Amino acid sequence: MLQDKDRIFTNIYGLRDKSLKAALKRGHFDGTADIIGKGRDWIINEMKASGLRGRGGAGFPTGLKWSFMPKEVGERPHYLVINADESEPGTCKDREIMRNDPFTLIEGCIIAGFSMLAHTCYIYVRGEYVRERQALQRAIDECYEQGYLGKDNKCGWDYDIVVHHGAGAYICGEETALLESLEGKKGQPRLKPPFPANVGLYGCPTTVNNVESIAVAPTILRRGGSWFAGIGRQNNTGTKLFCVSGHVERPCTVEEAMGISFRELIEKHCGGIRGGWDNLLAVIPGGSSVPLVPGADIVDAPMDFDGLREIKTSLGTAAVIVMDKSTDIVKAIARISYFYKHESCGQCTPCREGTGWMWRVMERMATGHAQKREIDMLLDVTKQVEGHTICALGDAAAWPIQGLVRHFRAEIERRIDEYSHNAHEVRPVLEAAE
Amino acid sequence: MTKLKVDGNEIEVPDHYTLLQACEEAGAEIPRFCFHERLSIAGNCRMCLIEVKGGPPKPVASCAMGVRDLRPGPEGQLPEMFTNTPMVKKAREGVMEFLLINHPLDCPICDQGGECDLQDQAMAYGVDSSRYRENKRAVEDKYIGPLVKTIMTRCIHCTRCVRFTTEVAGISELGLVGRGEDAEITTFLEQAMTSELQGNVIDLCPVGALTSRPYAFQARPWELTKTESIDVMDAVGSAIRVDTRGREVLRILPRVNEAVNEEWISDKTRFVWDGLRTQRLDKPYVRRDGRLQPASWQEAFAAIKAKVDQTAPERIGAVAGDLAAVEEMYALKQLMAGLGATSLDCRQDGVMLDPAAGRDSYLFNTTIAGIEDADALLIVGANPRFEAAVLNARIRKRWRLGGFPIGVIGENANLRYDYTYLGAGTDTLSDVAKASQGFFDALKNAARPMIIVGSGALTGENGAGILSAAAALAREIGAFADGWNGFNVLHTAASRVGGLDVGFTPGEGGKTFAEMASGGVDVLFNLGADEVDIAAGPFVVYVGTHGDRGAHRADVILPGAAYTEKDGTFVNLEGRAQVASRAAFPPGDAREDWAIVRALSAVLGRTLPFDSLAALQRELYQAHPWMRSDRVEPAGHDGILALADRAGTLGAAHLGSKLGDFYLTNPIARASKVMAECSRLAAGEKLQAAE
Repeated sequence: MLQDKDRIFTNIYGLRDKSLKAALKRGHFDGTADIIGKGRDWIINEMKASGLRGRGGAGFPTGLKWSFMPKEVGERPHYLVINADESEPGTCKDREIMRNDPFTLIEGCIIAGFSMLAHTCYIYVRGEYVRERQALQRAIDECYEQGYLGKDNKCGWDYDIVVHHGAGAYICGEETALLESLEGKKGQPRLKPPFPANVGLYGCPTTVNNVESIAVAPTILRRGGSWFAGIGRQNNTGTKLFCVSGHVERPCTVEEAMGISFRELIEKHCGGIRGGWDNLLAVIPGGSSVPLVPGADIVDAPMDFDGLREIKTSLGTAAVIVMDKSTDIVKAIARISYFYKHESCGQCTPCREGTGWMWRVMERMATGHAQKREIDMLLDVTKQVEGHTICALGDAAAWPIQGLVRHFRAEIERRIDEYSHNAHEVRPVLEAAE
Repeated sequence: MTKLKVDGNEIEVPDHYTLLQACEEAGAEIPRFCFHERLSIAGNCRMCLIEVKGGPPKPVASCAMGVRDLRPGPEGQLPEMFTNTPMVKKAREGVMEFLLINHPLDCPICDQGGECDLQDQAMAYGVDSSRYRENKRAVEDKYIGPLVKTIMTRCIHCTRCVRFTTEVAGISELGLVGRGEDAEITTFLEQAMTSELQGNVIDLCPVGALTSRPYAFQARPWELTKTESIDVMDAVGSAIRVDTRGREVLRILPRVNEAVNEEWISDKTRFVWDGLRTQRLDKPYVRRDGRLQPASWQEAFAAIKAKVDQTAPERIGAVAGDLAAVEEMYALKQLMAGLGATSLDCRQDGVMLDPAAGRDSYLFNTTIAGIEDADALLIVGANPRFEAAVLNARIRKRWRLGGFPIGVIGENANLRYDYTYLGAGTDTLSDVAKASQGFFDALKNAARPMIIVGSGALTGENGAGILSAAAALAREIGAFADGWNGFNVLHTAASRVGGLDVGFTPGEGGKTFAEMASGGVDVLFNLGADEVDIAAGPFVVYVGTHGDRGAHRADVILPGAAYTEKDGTFVNLEGRAQVASRAAFPPGDAREDWAIVRALSAVLGRTLPFDSLAALQRELYQAHPWMRSDRVEPAGHDGILALADRAGTLGAAHLGSKLGDFYLTNPIARASKVMAECSRLAAGEKLQAAE
């Protein structure tokens, strides 16, 4: 279990003073200028040494990502873009950072911006996050007033942060769709290559990072990459904000060491499963887009990238959705399918057509109004979507269904049987209104 | 050049190629819907998936990845791609299934049937039965104008039409609204499209979502006889294909000609065909007792002979209209020479261009493809958007690449690209620097600057002066260099360059058209000139196709053939001689124009020395060898320099386009219902129901 002295987010619950003054007392902006003074290479090497993997879901090493930016500024300026479009169902970590601990993010922006020679940072905030945007803007204004941002600031790197408010589309959390949206266009993913580090915002070199990845950077650099690397397992280092929701006694967002077991996470912070461990049905461990796993499989699994990959799911954003035995699991996944159908941008064929198809079949499966052979057909359709789309939304729509079929095929079949057994029952016949 | 392997075959392709192009180069066919060579890459249909060795274990959209992005194998092996593996086949079948689940299977009533990309590719990648048990999507049809019919349920969201209007036509009229499976293509609030290139979206649409409204339910593609021909609606000379069934033209489609129209045509070119059926002159007429009355050819010829025999040669004139082919102008010129008449003119608008000043003084010397090499442009008294819509698309194509300052003297109209507006009068032309020093410097510093002078600006008494002033300006900005000639005249009439080339202009002591029309002659042969009035007085022999202005004024009407009904050479504004082919026969007693002139010459006792079109062409080619091929012969620039020397002070004049209504510029268009509807819409008129 993570000790309090190793916590990066010291005010994640907003219990303390949220002003810059109080944040300075808690150690934020301590020696930022010194860190910047150590230079670009030192920062990137330290980030690589820390083993920090991107916290947005894909888990790409952050230090490596920063190093992809051109080493010198050419004709085009560099940009840092922060992805605060936290729309994955179940995920609620970035909003806590923005509304309660925003200075971790702001300081991280300055340091990350320096390491990639960017003087401007855009923070793209999810449309629904109104209060979060206000809190973040208030903190940024305070930094400008106190001389931590702007020209000739105390950090020693001229820097501007612009908060941009999205309009509430899930797809705008995809990095290239986010850039399109930021440019004022319709939020649809771009084709890659070229990658944003080469051609990004307004055609300039750009790095897009998740809020949490950036917010942990200042503390890593203050305490050293080796400190961060010392927490958790190899390749899965550091601390992570877990957002536990669903059928636990006390749902919460909590910073914990990577690799903590599921049981410990729930017992220590959430007061256990509602109705006891025997009542646990299934868990979606990384936000709605990752495959679910039955409770028995995950109880003792380490909660990190590699640990969850072994049980054929993924850490994603570490949004742990716990479902007990009162859950209609098929209906739950059908609802997730509806979400992806609703949020598909419509650009490429497999996702546009496939998400609607999958959702409709899922709705029928939820009532049992289906044929058993359609289960395999559904699985086949998810395979036809997966990996054939421009962005990862196609995969995200396919995985929950694959997880369901993998682990709960019997439940789907049982419902189909039940439905057909009751088929002789007299049902009211629909009549047209006169 | 990059070396790579496609399905085991090693090939070498240029660095800028996409994987799709590389595969095609290697002979592997790649199915596609959204990819189009002349549009930006969208990569959204996902039909062109292929397998790339060494990449992630999923297929790659070949249209969206460049060969440059391929990585060699671990030991430096060539990058390898596969187009025929089970993975590729499965992926494409999957995409095809997704495309078909919400696509109505209404091929039997779909106008695209028989030439539908989806239909064709479903033959290769479709499965025989559907696994989709849900309700199919239905989408409301949108009104987007009188030319393009929509059946939006068939749309597969390839966005070719959106990209075309935004990128090539230069106006964002179509867009994809909504998202996911509710995404729909529409115009803003279902307004009619206004682009004069909008018809091209019909060709671009890979399915039957956007089809031709006038052609709706007229024919199936396999019933049509296809004839490759040349368009005459403007002076660009776009390559077209005329589709006919029996003697009726049912539609006109573009052909690819990289040097001229790429693969676009304007709406007037595409939809004018219904004008070929109405108002046609199908038998000769002779004016008796003040009224035009049907007559036989013999009677008509006799009436002409009677009149010509009483008239002195210097009181006989001939004029050629905008749609005349070179052959008939040549024949008529020979006939006039036989009669001893020298009053000839092919410039009914009175444009002050003279073949005596050299061929370079009236050609579009840069050539249309050459626009892409230019680095600055000044447009004088022209509106290329209407005068030559396809050429304007080429200017826009160059402009989109950047580093192409454009200035306009004349009408301050929306040309579909940004430009510096310099002024409207001749004073601006005399002193461009005064209007905008910045633009003048850009023009002067450009390595390959262009000037386009509209033929509309060259009419009237100031015309010659304006031409000289433009030539002088071209010389001043250095528009002439090795292999570069930046002086261009933008014609609007298909016959004009051909007419000037064969010298259909006043000879010694000859009168111009204006002089002839105002009573300078007693007998006037009118070869389809319908745009100007001829005063009472001359005996007019009208050879033409439509009962338009020229026919109303005529004393004898000899029914001729329209451009789809005759073989004829048209020289486009670049000086490119192209041969239009006969796709259908002229109606009734109408005959090909050259044959009418030949027959008339015999009646008049001045028999022309050719009995067939081939013989006529042989003679024509002897006199003008460059007409033998469709290559553009560089005309040099001596004539322009000589013109420049003549530049003097200019009288005040407005340098505007004189085209008038784009949709109604010639008798065929004026007879077309579709063009009338377009014209009405463009003018912003709304029809109201009677109360």
